[in-house]
Amino acid sequence: MFKYLFLLLFCILMHPVFCNDDLFDAIIKLGPKGSGNENLVKQWSSVEKMSSADIPSFFYIMNQANDLGDNWIRAAIFEIIEKSGGDSLPKEEIIKFIKDYNNEGSSRRSAFDFLSSAVPQIAESLIPTFIEDPEPSLRREGVQLLLNQAGDLENELQAIEAYEYALGKARDVDQIEYACKELKGLGKQIDLAQKMGFLTEWKVIGPFDNSSRNGFNIPYSPENTLDSINKKHEGKNGPVAWQTFSTSDRLGLLDLNQPFGHIKEVLCYAYAEFDSMQDQMVQFRIGSKNAWKLWINDELIFARDEYHRGATRVDQFILDGNLRKGKNRILVKVCQNEQTESWTKQWEFCFRITDLSGTKLQSLN
Amino acid sequence: MKKKFLLITSLAWTTYFLNADWRGFRGTEGNGLSKGEIPATLSQTSKDSWKVPLPGRGLSSPIVVGDLLFVTASSGSQQSNLHVLAYETVNGNKVWERIFRATGRTICHNKTCVAASTMVSDGNVVVAQFSSNDIFCLDLKGNLIWLRGLTFDYPNIANGLGMSSSPVVAQGVLVSQVENDADSFTFGLNLKNGTTLWKKDRPRGANWTSPIVLKNKSFEWVGLQSKEGISFLKPVNGEFMWQYKDGASTIPSSAISFENKTLLVPSNGLTALRTPEYGQNPEQLWRNNKLAPGTGSPAISGDQVFVINRANVLTSASIKTGEINWRLRMKGPISGSPIVTSNLLFIFSEEGLCQIIDIKEESEAKVIREIDLKDTILCTPAADKGSIFVRSDRALWKLSKKNNL
Repeated sequence: MFKYLFLLLFCILMHPVFCNDDLFDAIIKLGPKGSGNENLVKQWSSVEKMSSADIPSFFYIMNQANDLGDNWIRAAIFEIIEKSGGDSLPKEEIIKFIKDYNNEGSSRRSAFDFLSSAVPQIAESLIPTFIEDPEPSLRREGVQLLLNQAGDLENELQAIEAYEYALGKARDVDQIEYACKELKGLGKQIDLAQKMGFLTEWKVIGPFDNSSRNGFNIPYSPENTLDSINKKHEGKNGPVAWQTFSTSDRLGLLDLNQPFGHIKEVLCYAYAEFDSMQDQMVQFRIGSKNAWKLWINDELIFARDEYHRGATRVDQFILDGNLRKGKNRILVKVCQNEQTESWTKQWEFCFRITDLSGTKLQSLN
Repeated sequence: MKKKFLLITSLAWTTYFLNADWRGFRGTEGNGLSKGEIPATLSQTSKDSWKVPLPGRGLSSPIVVGDLLFVTASSGSQQSNLHVLAYETVNGNKVWERIFRATGRTICHNKTCVAASTMVSDGNVVVAQFSSNDIFCLDLKGNLIWLRGLTFDYPNIANGLGMSSSPVVAQGVLVSQVENDADSFTFGLNLKNGTTLWKKDRPRGANWTSPIVLKNKSFEWVGLQSKEGISFLKPVNGEFMWQYKDGASTIPSSAISFENKTLLVPSNGLTALRTPEYGQNPEQLWRNNKLAPGTGSPAISGDQVFVINRANVLTSASIKTGEINWRLRMKGPISGSPIVTSNLLFIFSEEGLCQIIDIKEESEAKVIREIDLKDTILCTPAADKGSIFVRSDRALWKLSKKNNL
């Protein structure tokens, strides 16, 4: 009898824990195209029974969840805080979570956002510690503080030193550009392309036909021939050969109208090699207002079939991928369409590789 | 006397109740018409008016459900913070705010932003869609019902200039047009749990237009506009029922005059078609190439359709014949769509100037009042219970008349 009573009591006490487990499991299992949505919707009612003590668990679950799961978790935390009050946020545990680099950057960022809403002074006190943070959005906060401090300095030499320090820590394009502009105003020129690690030396081949924008999906010989870089290929108007092409643009922009002329309904390929010191996860950062495809070591990373919707931007597309130790082959297909308006004449791209925190990587060769 | 007063009061409240809510882009019926009257004496300083700060950018319109106003905003260096906000319409007090993170692309043209699509409601839940193609369905208290990330699912659903189509709800289905040069789809999502009921391949090409709902006694269809024309489908299964294929604009959206059983499509200027029916081919009533709308969509009041062209000229035309009644040059530039009552038209310029036009007479019109909000206004205003709601990148306004009921 006593045994059964104990079992019953145990079940009652542990029920919320198991409920949480079901919910957490549903969040982690959430997949693309709505998969897992229905199950998660069913489990969601258990959020009502949770208290602010459960919030740190949600952040740890965020480490395992995808971006969609992260948003579900944000919603749960909002609901709990609304019920319990912002003061109930377990601050010490949240701060510990933020400081621990073993946690996912996006989870730490979310924890910081909730801390900022509840106790802004405490959150602000953490910002100076973010200047080396592997999470770019937290690092950005720290760098902004450095830029603001540099702007407050009246002594030019001190200001130069402060801006150079901030520049060394900055990873976001706008902050890098801002620091360079301020330094230029103080008489210091910065090689932005070098600073950001743009690949400026390429081999290019073209033109190939892109009539009616069909060339985007035609696998011309440079993209499907072994050792293609050492061969001639049949282009739109006859045989074409690879040629060296480089740029001195401040943001590493490669203007493909230069080697091929201002021609329309064409495409070309650009090839570069990158010597990596190790196998590593990286981000390929490409910008182009033209349609493009990117292959790394013959693997298609991403393809974007869109023309002239806005300007080319640095880091327009940030794509996760891998480099292998030693030589890596980078192939970019860049397409130009038939439009004749003045804002459609650009045929261009820029490219760089960074680590996952946005720090530039440079080829060993 | 007392009975008479009670009767009048009761009628007034009944009228308000019937005319209450503004549940989507260009109102509950999606044609810019406020069935309740809005006085021309709107003022920023009346006791019922208010202005509150917003936490981020946006050109989405506010919507109103009951006593709550809902609006979206986007903030952060990449505009990746997605805000959904609820305010009390009576005093502008914030009731709740939810902040999510974009899972899709957030790059936009500088003039627009990630909070471009207007929310929609069926009266029980609200749905917010962003240019990143993140969709959030919440109850009126702010509790999340479901979410989807359509660009998370299909990474090539994106437009380098930004997306802005506002979803609609019909027969328990959220219809979301996410159409652009690369992957181009329209989705029917179950409003209860966000699962995909159907997904349609759509014409490839940037498309910023919003779907419209055609509701009558026997059926409820949703119209999808694109460069190819406009097609109506059944929301429950996505089956196309009626198609007009003579081309259409990809910026201003269509409008329906339910009173005149006329569908007005920004196609070859403006084309009037008899509202779709089962088993019928499109029947053109008239076409006028001088009625091409600019960025804003047509609005409808009585027998008049109103369009504002690229030169900021407001034109009234007869819905029955397409003949132009009058033209009036507005102070522009103008991005938002006009909204109308039975006798007034309200339009905001990009510089924040609200222009109120008397449209009672079909033969002529005049600007009778201007209100300068001194801020950039790109959105279409919302109307409810005799007041207008409008937002900028920084603030949200309620404009009421003095002693508003």
